[in-house]
Amino acid sequence: MGEMIVVTVVGADKPGIVAAISSVLAEAKANIVDISMTVLRGFFSMIMVVDISEAVSDLSELRERLEERGKEVGVRVMVLHEDVFRYMQKV
Amino acid sequence: MTKYDASELAEIIEMLSFQHLDIRAVTMGINIMGALRYDNLAEGVHEIVKERAEELRDAVEEVSSRLGVQIVTKRVAVTPISMLLDARAGDLEEAFKLGISVAEALDSAAKDLAVDYMGGYAAFVESGYSLGDRGVVKSIPEALSSTERITAMVNAASTLAGINMDAVYEMGEVVKRTADLTEGRGCTRLGVFANAPEGTPFVPGAYHGRGEEDPVINVAVSGPGVIENVVRSLQDADLRTLHDAMKRAAFKITRLGELVGREVAKRLGVRFGSVDLSLAPSPAVGDSVADVLRAMGVEEPGAPGSVLALAILTDAVKKGGAMATSSVGGLSGAFIPVSEDLGMAEAVRRGALTLSSLEAMAAVCSTGLDMIVLPGDVKEDVIAAIIGDVMALGIVLDKSLGVRLIPVPGAREGDEVDFGGLLGKAPVMSVGRFSSEALVVRGGIVPPTVSRLMKG
Repeated sequence: MGEMIVVTVVGADKPGIVAAISSVLAEAKANIVDISMTVLRGFFSMIMVVDISEAVSDLSELRERLEERGKEVGVRVMVLHEDVFRYMQKV
Repeated sequence: MTKYDASELAEIIEMLSFQHLDIRAVTMGINIMGALRYDNLAEGVHEIVKERAEELRDAVEEVSSRLGVQIVTKRVAVTPISMLLDARAGDLEEAFKLGISVAEALDSAAKDLAVDYMGGYAAFVESGYSLGDRGVVKSIPEALSSTERITAMVNAASTLAGINMDAVYEMGEVVKRTADLTEGRGCTRLGVFANAPEGTPFVPGAYHGRGEEDPVINVAVSGPGVIENVVRSLQDADLRTLHDAMKRAAFKITRLGELVGREVAKRLGVRFGSVDLSLAPSPAVGDSVADVLRAMGVEEPGAPGSVLALAILTDAVKKGGAMATSSVGGLSGAFIPVSEDLGMAEAVRRGALTLSSLEAMAAVCSTGLDMIVLPGDVKEDVIAAIIGDVMALGIVLDKSLGVRLIPVPGAREGDEVDFGGLLGKAPVMSVGRFSSEALVVRGGIVPPTVSRLMKG
Protein backbone atom coordinates (compact mmCIF):
# COMPACT_ATOMS: atom_id res chain seq x y z
CA MET A 1 0.00 0.00 0.00
CA GLY A 2 1.37 3.41 -0.98
CA GLU A 3 1.85 6.60 0.98
CA MET A 4 -1.30 8.67 0.79
CA ILE A 5 -2.14 12.31 1.27
CA VAL A 6 -5.47 14.11 1.34
CA VAL A 7 -5.71 17.26 -0.75
CA THR A 8 -8.59 19.64 -0.05
CA VAL A 9 -9.50 22.51 -2.33
CA VAL A 10 -12.11 25.16 -1.46
CA GLY A 11 -13.07 28.46 -3.03
CA ALA A 12 -15.41 30.26 -5.42
CA ASP A 13 -16.26 28.11 -8.41
CA LYS A 14 -14.83 28.92 -11.83
CA PRO A 15 -13.54 26.97 -14.85
CA GLY A 16 -10.11 25.36 -14.60
CA ILE A 17 -9.76 24.57 -10.88
CA VAL A 18 -9.72 20.79 -11.27
CA ALA A 19 -7.32 21.03 -14.23
CA ALA A 20 -4.98 23.38 -12.35
CA ILE A 21 -4.71 21.17 -9.27
CA SER A 22 -4.62 17.81 -11.04
CA SER A 23 -1.93 18.98 -13.48
CA VAL A 24 0.39 19.80 -10.54
CA LEU A 25 -0.23 16.30 -9.18
CA ALA A 26 0.37 14.72 -12.59
CA GLU A 27 3.65 16.60 -13.07
CA ALA A 28 4.81 15.25 -9.71
CA LYS A 29 3.69 11.73 -10.69
CA ALA A 30 1.25 11.66 -7.80
CA ASN A 31 -1.75 9.44 -8.48
CA ILE A 32 -5.32 10.50 -7.61
CA VAL A 33 -7.00 7.37 -6.19
CA ASP A 34 -10.26 8.88 -4.97
CA ILE A 35 -12.01 12.16 -5.51
CA SER A 36 -15.15 13.85 -4.23
CA MET A 37 -16.29 17.19 -5.60
CA THR A 38 -19.26 19.42 -4.93
CA VAL A 39 -20.36 22.84 -6.07
CA LEU A 40 -22.95 24.38 -3.78
CA ARG A 41 -24.33 27.78 -4.81
CA GLY A 42 -21.11 28.71 -6.51
CA PHE A 43 -18.87 27.42 -3.72
CA PHE A 44 -16.44 24.82 -4.95
CA SER A 45 -15.07 22.07 -2.72
CA MET A 46 -13.00 19.04 -3.62
CA ILE A 47 -11.34 16.35 -1.54
CA MET A 48 -8.80 14.08 -3.21
CA VAL A 49 -6.97 11.05 -1.87
CA VAL A 50 -3.60 10.96 -3.60
CA ASP A 51 -0.94 8.25 -3.71
CA ILE A 52 2.51 9.87 -3.51
CA SER A 53 4.62 6.72 -3.18
CA GLU A 54 5.87 7.12 -6.78
CA ALA A 55 6.00 10.91 -6.62
CA VAL A 56 9.13 12.63 -7.91
CA SER A 57 8.97 15.61 -5.56
CA ASP A 58 8.85 15.43 -1.76
CA LEU A 59 5.75 16.33 0.20
CA SER A 60 6.67 19.84 1.29
CA GLU A 61 7.67 20.74 -2.26
CA LEU A 62 4.42 19.31 -3.60
CA ARG A 63 2.42 21.19 -0.97
CA GLU A 64 4.11 24.45 -1.92
CA ARG A 65 3.37 23.97 -5.60
CA LEU A 66 -0.26 23.05 -4.93
CA GLU A 67 -0.77 26.08 -2.69
CA GLU A 68 0.86 28.34 -5.25
CA ARG A 69 -1.24 26.98 -8.10
CA GLY A 70 -4.32 27.26 -5.88
CA LYS A 71 -3.58 30.94 -5.31
CA GLU A 72 -3.31 31.54 -9.05
CA VAL A 73 -6.80 30.15 -9.64
CA GLY A 74 -8.21 31.74 -6.46
CA VAL A 75 -8.77 28.68 -4.25
CA ARG A 76 -7.36 27.52 -0.94
CA VAL A 77 -5.47 24.21 -0.98
CA MET A 78 -4.74 22.16 2.10
CA VAL A 79 -2.54 19.07 2.15
CA LEU A 80 -2.65 16.58 5.03
CA HIS A 81 -0.92 13.24 5.40
CA GLU A 82 -3.18 10.19 5.60
CA ASP A 83 -1.69 9.31 9.00
CA VAL A 84 -3.63 12.25 10.49
CA PHE A 85 -6.94 10.71 9.42
CA ARG A 86 -5.93 7.18 10.38
CA TYR A 87 -4.95 8.29 13.88
CA MET A 88 -7.92 10.57 14.45
CA GLN A 89 -10.75 8.59 12.85
CA LYS A 90 -9.89 4.95 13.52
CA VAL A 91 -9.58 3.25 16.90
CA MET B 1 -5.39 3.13 2.40
CA THR B 2 -8.19 2.63 4.88
CA LYS B 3 -11.53 3.72 3.41
CA TYR B 4 -12.95 6.97 4.75
CA ASP B 5 -16.34 8.59 4.22
CA ALA B 6 -16.15 12.06 2.76
CA SER B 7 -17.70 13.24 6.05
CA GLU B 8 -14.84 11.71 8.07
CA LEU B 9 -12.30 13.51 5.92
CA ALA B 10 -14.28 16.74 6.04
CA GLU B 11 -14.54 16.61 9.84
CA ILE B 12 -10.78 16.49 10.34
CA ILE B 13 -10.14 19.12 7.68
CA GLU B 14 -12.64 21.41 9.38
CA MET B 15 -11.02 20.90 12.79
CA LEU B 16 -7.59 21.78 11.45
CA SER B 17 -8.57 24.65 9.20
CA PHE B 18 -11.47 26.35 10.95
CA GLN B 19 -11.51 25.22 14.59
CA HIS B 20 -7.94 26.12 15.56
CA LEU B 21 -6.89 22.54 16.22
CA ASP B 22 -3.12 22.47 16.45
CA ILE B 23 -0.30 21.10 18.54
CA ARG B 24 0.41 23.72 21.18
CA ALA B 25 3.89 22.48 22.10
CA VAL B 26 6.46 19.81 21.55
CA THR B 27 8.63 19.80 24.66
CA MET B 28 11.92 17.97 24.96
CA GLY B 29 12.92 16.95 28.48
CA ILE B 30 16.67 16.92 29.10
CA ASN B 31 18.66 15.82 32.14
CA ILE B 32 21.40 18.40 32.62
CA MET B 33 23.14 16.92 35.65
CA GLY B 34 26.07 16.14 33.34
CA ALA B 35 26.88 19.86 33.49
CA LEU B 36 28.53 19.15 36.84
CA ARG B 37 31.42 17.58 34.92
CA TYR B 38 32.32 21.02 33.56
CA ASP B 39 34.45 23.51 35.49
CA ASN B 40 32.10 26.26 34.43
CA LEU B 41 28.56 25.15 35.34
CA ALA B 42 26.75 27.60 33.06
CA GLU B 43 28.93 26.61 30.14
CA GLY B 44 28.22 22.94 30.83
CA VAL B 45 24.47 23.54 30.90
CA HIS B 46 24.67 25.45 27.63
CA GLU B 47 26.70 22.70 25.96
CA ILE B 48 24.48 19.84 27.06
CA VAL B 49 21.21 21.51 26.09
CA LYS B 50 22.57 22.57 22.72
CA GLU B 51 23.88 19.12 21.98
CA ARG B 52 20.71 17.22 22.96
CA ALA B 53 18.22 19.62 21.41
CA GLU B 54 20.27 20.42 18.34
CA GLU B 55 17.89 18.67 15.97
CA LEU B 56 14.64 19.50 17.78
CA ARG B 57 13.73 22.43 15.56
CA ASP B 58 14.28 20.55 12.29
CA ALA B 59 12.44 17.47 13.54
CA VAL B 60 9.42 19.52 14.62
CA GLU B 61 9.34 21.44 11.36
CA GLU B 62 9.68 18.29 9.27
CA VAL B 63 6.83 16.55 11.11
CA SER B 64 4.65 19.63 10.84
CA SER B 65 5.31 19.83 7.14
CA ARG B 66 4.86 16.10 6.46
CA LEU B 67 1.54 15.83 8.28
CA GLY B 68 0.23 19.29 7.39
CA VAL B 69 -0.44 20.03 11.06
CA GLN B 70 0.62 23.25 12.76
CA ILE B 71 2.96 22.92 15.76
CA VAL B 72 2.86 26.27 17.54
CA THR B 73 5.84 26.15 19.92
CA LYS B 74 9.00 24.16 20.63
CA ARG B 75 10.14 23.95 24.22
CA VAL B 76 12.81 22.37 26.38
CA ALA B 77 12.44 21.29 30.00
CA VAL B 78 15.54 20.65 32.12
CA THR B 79 16.37 19.10 35.49
CA PRO B 80 15.35 21.44 38.36
CA ILE B 81 18.19 23.94 38.65
CA SER B 82 18.12 23.68 42.47
CA MET B 83 19.78 20.24 42.12
CA LEU B 84 22.71 21.73 40.24
CA LEU B 85 23.07 24.51 42.80
CA ASP B 86 23.00 21.99 45.65
CA ALA B 87 25.94 20.20 44.09
CA ARG B 88 27.97 23.32 43.36
CA ALA B 89 27.18 26.22 45.68
CA GLY B 90 28.85 26.69 49.08
CA ASP B 91 26.56 29.44 50.37
CA LEU B 92 23.46 31.36 49.44
CA GLU B 93 25.31 34.15 47.69
CA GLU B 94 27.10 31.66 45.47
CA ALA B 95 23.86 29.77 44.81
CA PHE B 96 22.18 33.03 43.80
CA LYS B 97 24.96 34.00 41.37
CA LEU B 98 25.28 30.51 39.91
CA GLY B 99 21.52 30.39 39.44
CA ILE B 100 21.50 33.59 37.42
CA SER B 101 24.43 32.45 35.28
CA VAL B 102 22.69 29.14 34.54
CA ALA B 103 19.45 30.96 33.68
CA GLU B 104 21.30 33.22 31.26
CA ALA B 105 23.09 30.24 29.69
CA LEU B 106 19.77 28.46 29.20
CA ASP B 107 18.22 31.58 27.72
CA SER B 108 21.04 31.91 25.22
CA ALA B 109 20.78 28.20 24.34
CA ALA B 110 17.03 28.67 23.79
CA LYS B 111 17.70 31.51 21.36
CA ASP B 112 20.39 29.56 19.50
CA LEU B 113 18.06 26.57 19.15
CA ALA B 114 14.96 28.63 18.21
CA VAL B 115 13.23 27.16 21.26
CA ASP B 116 10.34 29.31 22.51
CA TYR B 117 10.55 28.46 26.20
CA MET B 118 13.04 26.76 28.48
CA GLY B 119 11.43 25.30 31.63
CA GLY B 120 13.09 24.02 34.77
CA TYR B 121 14.27 27.02 36.78
CA ALA B 122 12.68 25.04 39.55
CA ALA B 123 12.73 24.15 43.23
CA PHE B 124 10.76 21.58 45.22
CA VAL B 125 10.20 22.94 48.71
CA GLU B 126 6.96 21.29 49.87
CA SER B 127 8.50 20.10 53.11
CA GLY B 128 11.56 22.33 53.31
CA TYR B 129 14.44 24.06 51.55
CA SER B 130 17.89 22.91 50.56
CA LEU B 131 20.57 25.49 49.78
CA GLY B 132 19.94 25.02 46.08
CA ASP B 133 16.19 25.53 46.56
CA ARG B 134 16.88 28.73 48.46
CA GLY B 135 19.19 29.94 45.72
CA VAL B 136 16.58 29.30 43.02
CA VAL B 137 13.67 30.87 44.91
CA LYS B 138 15.66 33.98 45.91
CA SER B 139 17.02 34.51 42.40
CA ILE B 140 13.75 34.00 40.46
CA PRO B 141 12.99 37.74 40.08
CA GLU B 142 16.49 38.52 38.76
CA ALA B 143 16.65 35.34 36.67
CA LEU B 144 13.34 36.16 34.99
CA SER B 145 14.19 39.83 34.48
CA SER B 146 17.55 39.08 32.86
CA THR B 147 16.14 36.45 30.48
CA GLU B 148 13.29 36.20 27.98
CA ARG B 149 12.56 32.50 27.56
CA ILE B 150 13.25 30.92 30.94
CA THR B 151 10.27 29.70 32.95
CA ALA B 152 10.37 29.19 36.71
CA MET B 153 8.31 26.99 38.98
CA VAL B 154 8.26 26.25 42.69
CA ASN B 155 6.45 23.25 44.11
CA ALA B 156 5.22 24.43 47.50
CA ALA B 157 2.78 21.66 48.42
CA SER B 158 2.16 17.96 47.94
CA THR B 159 -0.32 15.38 49.10
CA LEU B 160 2.54 13.55 50.81
CA ALA B 161 4.17 16.50 52.56
CA GLY B 162 1.41 19.07 53.03
CA ILE B 163 1.87 22.79 52.38
CA ASN B 164 5.05 24.68 53.15
CA MET B 165 3.51 28.00 54.20
CA ASP B 166 6.92 29.65 54.63
CA ALA B 167 7.50 28.93 50.94
CA VAL B 168 3.99 30.10 50.05
CA TYR B 169 4.61 33.38 51.84
CA GLU B 170 7.99 33.78 50.21
CA MET B 171 6.44 33.15 46.80
CA GLY B 172 4.06 36.04 47.50
CA GLU B 173 7.16 38.23 47.80
CA VAL B 174 8.86 36.60 44.79
CA VAL B 175 5.82 37.17 42.56
CA LYS B 176 5.65 40.79 43.67
CA ARG B 177 9.35 41.45 43.18
CA THR B 178 9.36 39.74 39.78
CA ALA B 179 6.47 41.99 38.77
CA ASP B 180 8.34 45.10 39.96
CA LEU B 181 11.47 44.19 38.00
CA THR B 182 9.65 43.26 34.78
CA GLU B 183 6.51 45.44 34.72
CA GLY B 184 4.55 42.28 35.38
CA ARG B 185 5.67 40.37 32.30
CA GLY B 186 8.12 38.14 34.18
CA CYS B 187 5.22 36.70 36.17
CA THR B 188 3.82 35.15 32.96
CA ARG B 189 6.83 32.79 33.27
CA LEU B 190 6.41 31.93 36.94
CA GLY B 191 4.18 29.31 38.57
CA VAL B 192 3.66 27.95 42.08
CA PHE B 193 2.47 24.35 42.17
CA ALA B 194 0.98 21.64 44.32
CA ASN B 195 1.87 18.08 43.25
CA ALA B 196 3.71 19.31 40.13
CA PRO B 197 3.86 16.27 37.82
CA GLU B 198 6.85 15.24 35.73
CA GLY B 199 6.58 15.44 31.99
CA THR B 200 4.40 18.54 31.76
CA PRO B 201 4.88 20.00 28.28
CA PHE B 202 3.23 23.28 29.31
CA VAL B 203 5.16 26.15 30.83
CA PRO B 204 5.76 27.33 33.49
CA GLY B 205 5.07 23.86 34.94
CA ALA B 206 7.60 22.08 32.71
CA TYR B 207 10.69 20.51 34.28
CA HIS B 208 12.58 17.30 33.59
CA GLY B 209 11.77 14.81 36.34
CA ARG B 210 14.02 12.23 37.97
CA GLY B 211 11.91 9.34 36.71
CA GLU B 212 11.93 10.42 33.09
CA GLU B 213 13.87 9.04 30.15
CA ASP B 214 16.65 11.35 28.94
CA PRO B 215 15.95 12.92 26.53
CA VAL B 216 12.21 12.54 26.09
CA ILE B 217 9.48 14.15 23.99
CA ASN B 218 6.21 15.32 25.58
CA VAL B 219 3.37 16.92 23.67
CA ALA B 220 0.68 19.50 24.44
CA VAL B 221 -2.50 19.75 22.37
CA SER B 222 -5.06 22.51 21.89
CA GLY B 223 -8.62 22.15 20.66
CA PRO B 224 -11.28 24.07 22.64
CA GLY B 225 -12.71 25.19 19.27
CA VAL B 226 -13.32 21.58 18.26
CA ILE B 227 -15.20 20.83 21.48
CA GLU B 228 -17.20 24.06 21.24
CA ASN B 229 -18.29 23.14 17.74
CA VAL B 230 -19.44 19.70 18.87
CA VAL B 231 -21.38 21.19 21.78
CA ARG B 232 -23.03 23.83 19.56
CA SER B 233 -24.24 21.09 17.21
CA LEU B 234 -26.03 19.39 20.14
CA GLN B 235 -28.12 22.21 21.58
CA ASP B 236 -31.01 19.96 22.64
CA ALA B 237 -28.95 17.01 23.88
CA ASP B 238 -29.09 15.85 27.49
CA LEU B 239 -25.86 15.96 29.49
CA ARG B 240 -24.92 12.31 29.11
CA THR B 241 -25.23 12.59 25.33
CA LEU B 242 -23.26 15.83 25.40
CA HIS B 243 -20.54 14.28 27.57
CA ASP B 244 -20.28 11.38 25.16
CA ALA B 245 -19.87 13.67 22.14
CA MET B 246 -17.24 15.76 23.93
CA LYS B 247 -15.40 12.58 24.86
CA ARG B 248 -15.30 11.46 21.24
CA ALA B 249 -13.95 14.83 20.13
CA ALA B 250 -11.33 14.77 22.91
CA PHE B 251 -10.29 11.34 21.66
CA LYS B 252 -9.57 12.73 18.19
CA ILE B 253 -7.69 15.75 19.54
CA THR B 254 -5.47 13.60 21.74
CA ARG B 255 -4.77 11.16 18.90
CA LEU B 256 -3.30 14.03 16.94
CA GLY B 257 -0.98 14.76 19.88
CA GLU B 258 0.01 11.11 20.08
CA LEU B 259 0.77 10.99 16.34
CA VAL B 260 2.91 14.13 16.41
CA GLY B 261 4.76 13.06 19.56
CA ARG B 262 5.59 9.66 18.11
CA GLU B 263 6.72 11.14 14.79
CA VAL B 264 8.99 13.76 16.38
CA ALA B 265 10.48 11.20 18.79
CA LYS B 266 11.08 8.76 15.93
CA ARG B 267 12.87 11.38 13.88
CA LEU B 268 15.11 12.28 16.82
CA GLY B 269 15.69 8.66 17.79
CA VAL B 270 14.49 9.33 21.34
CA ARG B 271 11.61 8.02 23.43
CA PHE B 272 8.11 9.47 23.22
CA GLY B 273 6.98 10.32 26.75
CA SER B 274 3.38 11.47 26.96
CA VAL B 275 0.55 13.66 25.75
CA ASP B 276 -0.90 16.26 28.10
CA LEU B 277 -4.63 15.99 27.42
CA SER B 278 -5.39 19.56 28.54
CA LEU B 279 -7.16 21.63 25.91
CA ALA B 280 -5.00 24.74 25.68
CA PRO B 281 -6.97 27.81 24.62
CA SER B 282 -5.45 30.84 22.88
CA PRO B 283 -6.50 34.48 22.66
CA ALA B 284 -8.03 33.83 19.21
CA VAL B 285 -11.76 33.86 18.46
CA GLY B 286 -13.08 30.27 18.46
CA ASP B 287 -10.27 28.85 20.61
CA SER B 288 -11.74 29.39 24.05
CA VAL B 289 -12.64 27.13 26.97
CA ALA B 290 -15.01 29.88 28.16
CA ASP B 291 -16.90 29.55 24.89
CA VAL B 292 -17.25 25.79 25.46
CA LEU B 293 -18.92 26.57 28.80
CA ARG B 294 -21.18 29.12 27.07
CA ALA B 295 -22.10 26.58 24.39
CA MET B 296 -22.95 24.09 27.15
CA GLY B 297 -25.48 26.57 28.55
CA VAL B 298 -23.62 28.74 31.05
CA GLU B 299 -24.61 32.33 30.24
CA GLU B 300 -21.22 33.67 31.37
CA PRO B 301 -18.33 31.77 32.98
CA GLY B 302 -18.51 32.53 36.67
CA ALA B 303 -22.30 32.18 36.78
CA PRO B 304 -23.75 29.45 39.02
CA GLY B 305 -23.39 26.23 37.03
CA SER B 306 -19.85 27.03 35.86
CA VAL B 307 -18.24 24.47 38.17
CA LEU B 308 -20.75 21.86 37.02
CA ALA B 309 -20.11 22.55 33.33
CA LEU B 310 -16.33 22.60 33.79
CA ALA B 311 -16.44 19.33 35.74
CA ILE B 312 -18.33 17.67 32.88
CA LEU B 313 -15.88 19.06 30.32
CA THR B 314 -12.81 18.01 32.32
CA ASP B 315 -14.14 14.50 32.82
CA ALA B 316 -14.99 14.10 29.13
CA VAL B 317 -11.54 15.34 28.12
CA LYS B 318 -9.85 12.91 30.51
CA LYS B 319 -11.90 9.90 29.44
CA GLY B 320 -11.69 10.57 25.70
CA GLY B 321 -7.99 11.36 26.02
CA ALA B 322 -7.22 8.28 28.07
CA MET B 323 -8.74 6.12 25.33
CA ALA B 324 -6.63 7.88 22.72
CA THR B 325 -3.23 7.44 24.33
CA SER B 326 -1.73 5.09 26.87
CA SER B 327 0.84 7.75 27.65
CA VAL B 328 -1.10 10.42 29.52
CA GLY B 329 1.14 13.00 31.18
CA GLY B 330 1.42 16.46 32.61
CA LEU B 331 -1.57 18.33 33.97
CA SER B 332 -4.21 16.70 31.77
CA GLY B 333 -7.25 18.72 32.74
CA ALA B 334 -8.98 21.79 31.36
CA PHE B 335 -7.13 25.07 31.30
CA ILE B 336 -8.99 28.13 32.54
CA PRO B 337 -6.46 30.93 32.08
CA VAL B 338 -7.86 34.44 31.96
CA SER B 339 -5.66 36.49 29.63
CA GLU B 340 -4.82 33.52 27.37
CA ASP B 341 -8.51 32.83 26.73
CA LEU B 342 -10.45 35.53 24.92
CA GLY B 343 -13.76 34.31 26.35
CA MET B 344 -12.52 34.21 29.94
CA ALA B 345 -11.15 37.75 29.72
CA GLU B 346 -14.51 38.88 28.33
CA ALA B 347 -16.35 37.21 31.24
CA VAL B 348 -14.20 39.26 33.64
CA ARG B 349 -15.06 42.46 31.73
CA ARG B 350 -18.75 41.64 31.99
CA GLY B 351 -18.44 41.26 35.74
CA ALA B 352 -19.30 37.55 35.71
CA LEU B 353 -15.95 35.98 36.46
CA THR B 354 -14.22 36.79 39.74
CA LEU B 355 -11.26 35.43 41.63
CA SER B 356 -13.63 33.45 43.89
CA SER B 357 -15.42 31.82 40.98
CA LEU B 358 -12.08 30.91 39.41
CA GLU B 359 -10.98 29.33 42.70
CA ALA B 360 -14.13 27.23 42.74
CA MET B 361 -13.56 26.20 39.13
CA ALA B 362 -9.94 25.30 39.94
CA ALA B 363 -11.29 22.51 42.13
CA VAL B 364 -12.52 20.62 39.06
CA CYS B 365 -10.10 21.63 36.31
CA SER B 366 -6.69 20.10 37.29
CA THR B 367 -4.72 23.16 36.25
CA GLY B 368 -5.47 25.94 38.74
CA LEU B 369 -5.51 29.73 38.72
CA ASP B 370 -3.80 30.86 35.57
CA MET B 371 -2.81 34.14 33.93
CA ILE B 372 -4.75 36.31 36.33
CA VAL B 373 -3.83 39.99 36.21
CA LEU B 374 -3.84 41.75 39.60
CA PRO B 375 -3.58 45.40 40.66
CA GLY B 376 -0.02 46.68 41.06
CA ASP B 377 -0.57 47.54 44.70
CA VAL B 378 -1.70 44.03 45.72
CA LYS B 379 0.14 43.06 48.88
CA GLU B 380 2.49 40.07 49.20
CA ASP B 381 0.31 38.44 51.84
CA VAL B 382 -2.75 38.61 49.58
CA ILE B 383 -0.83 36.86 46.79
CA ALA B 384 0.37 34.28 49.33
CA ALA B 385 -3.17 33.72 50.57
CA ILE B 386 -4.44 33.13 47.02
CA ILE B 387 -1.59 30.66 46.44
CA GLY B 388 -2.44 29.03 49.79
CA ASP B 389 -6.06 28.50 48.71
CA VAL B 390 -4.98 26.64 45.59
CA MET B 391 -2.33 24.62 47.46
CA ALA B 392 -5.09 23.53 49.86
CA LEU B 393 -7.28 22.37 46.98
CA GLY B 394 -4.27 20.49 45.62
CA ILE B 395 -3.55 18.51 48.75
CA VAL B 396 -7.16 17.94 49.80
CA LEU B 397 -8.22 16.75 46.35
CA ASP B 398 -4.86 15.00 45.73
CA LYS B 399 -4.30 16.63 42.35
CA SER B 400 -1.87 18.82 40.44
CA LEU B 401 -2.71 22.51 40.57
CA GLY B 402 -0.77 25.63 39.73
CA VAL B 403 -1.00 29.37 40.31
CA ARG B 404 0.22 32.03 37.89
CA LEU B 405 -0.61 35.53 39.11
CA ILE B 406 0.53 38.73 37.43
CA PRO B 407 0.50 41.93 39.47
CA VAL B 408 1.14 44.80 37.06
CA PRO B 409 2.86 47.82 38.64
CA GLY B 410 0.73 50.94 38.30
CA ALA B 411 -2.32 49.04 37.05
CA ARG B 412 -5.65 49.31 38.83
CA GLU B 413 -8.75 47.13 38.91
CA GLY B 414 -10.51 47.26 35.55
CA ASP B 415 -7.48 48.50 33.57
CA GLU B 416 -6.70 46.47 30.45
CA VAL B 417 -3.28 44.85 30.23
CA ASP B 418 -1.98 43.42 26.93
CA PHE B 419 0.90 40.92 27.00
CA GLY B 420 0.77 40.23 23.26
CA GLY B 421 0.80 36.96 21.32
CA LEU B 422 -0.36 33.75 22.99
CA LEU B 423 -0.27 35.42 26.42
CA GLY B 424 -3.22 37.59 25.43
CA LYS B 425 -4.84 40.49 27.25
CA ALA B 426 -7.18 40.87 30.18
CA PRO B 427 -8.64 43.34 32.64
CA VAL B 428 -7.02 43.68 36.06
CA MET B 429 -9.11 41.67 38.55
CA SER B 430 -10.23 42.63 42.02
CA VAL B 431 -8.68 40.90 45.03
CA GLY B 432 -11.33 42.25 47.40
CA ARG B 433 -10.82 44.44 50.46
CA PHE B 434 -10.21 41.82 53.10
CA SER B 435 -7.01 40.04 53.99
CA SER B 436 -5.78 36.88 55.72
CA GLU B 437 -2.40 38.30 56.55
CA ALA B 438 -2.53 37.05 60.13
CA LEU B 439 -3.11 33.52 58.83
CA VAL B 440 -0.35 33.38 56.22
CA VAL B 441 2.34 35.03 58.38
CA ARG B 442 2.01 32.18 60.86
CA GLY B 443 4.17 30.16 58.48
CA GLY B 444 5.21 26.58 59.15
CA ILE B 445 3.97 23.42 57.51
CA VAL B 446 0.31 22.58 56.99
CA PRO B 447 0.28 18.84 57.66
CA PRO B 448 -0.82 16.52 54.86
CA THR B 449 -4.42 15.35 54.93
CA VAL B 450 -5.71 11.83 55.44
CA SER B 451 -5.04 11.24 51.72
CA ARG B 452 -1.41 10.86 52.84
CA LEU B 453 -2.33 8.04 55.22
CA MET B 454 -4.12 6.16 52.45
CA LYS B 455 -0.81 5.95 50.60
CA GLY B 456 0.87 3.91 53.32
